[in-house]
Amino acid sequence: MTDIAQEIAVAVQAPPRSTGIVSWLRANLFNSVFNSILTLLAAALIAVAVPPVIRWAVIDAIWIAPNGQACHGDGACWAFIGEKIRFILFGRYPADQDWRQIAVVVIFLLMILAACDLRAWGRRLGIIWFAGLSAVGFLMFGGVLGLRFVETALWSGLPLTLILAIVGMLLGFPLGVLLALGRRSQMTGIYIPIPISLDMKLYWVHIQPIRLICVGYIELVRGVPLITVLFMASLMLPLFLPAGVTIDKLLRAQIAVILFAAAYLAEVIRGGLQAIPKGQIEAADALGLSYVQRTRLIVLPQALAMVIPPLVNTFIGMFKDTSLVMIVSLFDLLGATEFALSDANWQGFSVEAYLFIAMIYWSFCFFMSRYSQMLEREFNRGKRR
Amino acid sequence: MSDGQAAPAAVIELQAVHKWYGDFHVLRDIHLQVGKGEKVVVCGPSGSGKSTMIRCINRLEEHQQGRIVVAGIELNADMKNIEAIRREVGMVFQQFNLFPHLTVLQNLTLAPIWVRKLPKKEAEETARYYLERVRIPDQADKYPGQLSGGQQQRVAIARSLCMKPEIMLFDEPTSALDPEMIKEVLDVMIGLAEEGMTMVCVTHEMGFARTVADMMVFMDRGEVIERAPPKDFFSNPQNERTQTFLSQILAH
Repeated sequence: MTDIAQEIAVAVQAPPRSTGIVSWLRANLFNSVFNSILTLLAAALIAVAVPPVIRWAVIDAIWIAPNGQACHGDGACWAFIGEKIRFILFGRYPADQDWRQIAVVVIFLLMILAACDLRAWGRRLGIIWFAGLSAVGFLMFGGVLGLRFVETALWSGLPLTLILAIVGMLLGFPLGVLLALGRRSQMTGIYIPIPISLDMKLYWVHIQPIRLICVGYIELVRGVPLITVLFMASLMLPLFLPAGVTIDKLLRAQIAVILFAAAYLAEVIRGGLQAIPKGQIEAADALGLSYVQRTRLIVLPQALAMVIPPLVNTFIGMFKDTSLVMIVSLFDLLGATEFALSDANWQGFSVEAYLFIAMIYWSFCFFMSRYSQMLEREFNRGKRR
Repeated sequence: MSDGQAAPAAVIELQAVHKWYGDFHVLRDIHLQVGKGEKVVVCGPSGSGKSTMIRCINRLEEHQQGRIVVAGIELNADMKNIEAIRREVGMVFQQFNLFPHLTVLQNLTLAPIWVRKLPKKEAEETARYYLERVRIPDQADKYPGQLSGGQQQRVAIARSLCMKPEIMLFDEPTSALDPEMIKEVLDVMIGLAEEGMTMVCVTHEMGFARTVADMMVFMDRGEVIERAPPKDFFSNPQNERTQTFLSQILAH
């Protein structure tokens, strides 16, 4: 294709591009009456809105203050963030162990960075991630090699949010794939005689157990709010367990996040599976590939590549939904922030605090969005001409 | 019908095969024997069941009655048998069905590596050999979407050949092609026939049929109406429906 493009380029010179500010303005901002009006309106809006924000956030802001009383002025009180940043990021984790928390965040960032090199996808990345997660577990728990043991009830802040989100995605995704495949499974089931009509005549009803289980699971989990499941898991579950048996609160929340992610991801993935032309499956069958080979080599790579945008959409939603664990008094990023805001010495700085953690959430979600664009480019190479 | 020839050991044998789609009887009492190295061309009006029949040979469709034996293995619900047959039977589709997410070379080496368990290097050598055979050696690293229809169909043929099959099935291989690309595909198929490949082709290319077929099979409404060597089939069709069909298809 490029050869042809070059030939054309040689044959007919493209018209020279006009340059210069004036022609750019004409072409992009004032190319019609309607667009000129929009341009002027937008400029007016910026002129009205931006200076006060800058004044509040920068010029009038208070950067250093001994306590909350001294920090109330016309501008933002960034001193509050300075005072509370350790608690917002690491929460109730023992303060003298901060280096472990910093190391955990750095390890997560390095793992994410490693995943950005799409050429290295494969066994090597798997090993890196396995090692990374092991290191995170070791640093968080401690209890060996002279590290102090820290129980999960004290885990909080950014490391907690990252653990919930990343483990949730890592385990929820394969489970979602299995659910989607199960829902599409053509496996013949069993015929069960059921008396349907009034004359009690038996009808043989075709039941496909795998399909039934997957559909039932997906519809059930998608139909209830995550919050209720978290509540049930932390308040009701202990009532049903025999005395003395407890399941770690964090573990329960993590499982809830995984199960939820799986149900939502399954439906996204099913969309991709349904878009695979029948001919692809026939061609794979005709070559003698088994079901597993066909699914892994032909169906899933194409199905997943097709649904990257909604997949990442679900991941982003999940990342932010981890903040719901606050409801069962786990101190994730949002929970720790709420707690920091309750300090009697520093009252009335919720705008600053929420802006600060919003920036953190936004950075991760924005990264995911860019990452998805990179994946799309990589996996849709075959579609480019 | 028996033509008196001492039939070579049949590699494909269909006996009293029936198939229904719901209440619709698509295949009615099909008998067919294809000997090793034999080339059979199946033709007939659309909806006559010819594609369904050829797709029963490698179990892309399931027959409900009768017996199908391919390469000495009987087709039944046993997945092992089905996969064993599919390894020996190559198939070329009307719509090519190349894997769009893989390069041409990966399309060709996939099954040899995963099904035949060949080392990657060996599979690639075989793949390049067959790309040469279908006269597109320089497209190995392109994606199917970057090729013309005729090139894609030749890649599809090469993909099947890489499994070194005993039998090749062609299901209207030129029907989706622009006229100027039909010849390049037929040339490859003729070359294959000359080398002694056992072939069953569903096609309307009567020129091709005359050149390569040992046996013509005419189907209509799910039945085999007539079968004869091409010389007799074209010059002296026995059945009225065959005559009508031939007059329509050869008219222009």
